[in-house]
Amino acid sequence: MEIKWYIGLAVALFCTGIVGVLTRRNSIIIFMCIELMLNAVNLLLVAFSKMHAASAVVQANPNVVSDAQIFVFFIMVVAAAEVSVGLAIIVMLYRNTHSVDVNFLNRLKN
Amino acid sequence: MSITEILFWGLSALALFSAVMVVASKSPVYSILYLIVVFFAISGHYILLNAQFLAIVNIIVYAGAIMVLFLFVVMLMNLNAESEPKKHRMLQFAGLISGGCLFLVLIAAISDTAQASNMVQMGSGDNGLIKNLGMVLFKDYVLPFEISSVLFLSAMIGAVVIGKKERS
Repeated sequence: MEIKWYIGLAVALFCTGIVGVLTRRNSIIIFMCIELMLNAVNLLLVAFSKMHAASAVVQANPNVVSDAQIFVFFIMVVAAAEVSVGLAIIVMLYRNTHSVDVNFLNRLKN
Repeated sequence: MSITEILFWGLSALALFSAVMVVASKSPVYSILYLIVVFFAISGHYILLNAQFLAIVNIIVYAGAIMVLFLFVVMLMNLNAESEPKKHRMLQFAGLISGGCLFLVLIAAISDTAQASNMVQMGSGDNGLIKNLGMVLFKDYVLPFEISSVLFLSAMIGAVVIGKKERS
């Protein structure tokens, strides 16, 4: 496959996530759309690493390809930590306001 | 059309359809189930790119752990389509337009580059196998790996502290 199809797919997934964040008010769905955007970026990183694996420059130093996939691994690690804290915040929000509507959060005080 | 291309287009169509359904479906539980389908489709893409370690980690961490956590939270809160807060029609339309504009701008910026038709190595290359990635992870990236354990510890403590009921 050519790299442009992977870029197109990742951009489409990322923009779907953006549209979700902008149009929904349920905080859980907004959070899920952020996960969707993270995954689009991960897919693009892996696709670019495999694109460079085919090029002649990298043949001398094949570790460069592994670096991108280690990056994706660390993005997944950070995403897992982020989800646990974020869901705890949403649960606390629900306990205080009995809703997951983000419009209740438009002021930090009270 | 080779089998790889057929799989690529099939998985792409599945991922895009499910991603749209994540945003469009009314009930949060359906959104979560569609998001799991997206993660499985992306794992299929990783396998097509011969990044098997990432494919398995994606299924275990995202579809297995993170989405189950989401499902637990949604079911604990007893959310359904009737209690779903709705945004104003015009605001939804504006969000759709701005997302579409971003899509158009990114595609237009990328379509002119000379590297756009570079080929991606598919189904070959052993950089994504667990043997090579393990060597790189524990040789060159030992320090970030250890720091990520501290990150997990702090995230765990943070989640417990935030989620704890306040005594009044």
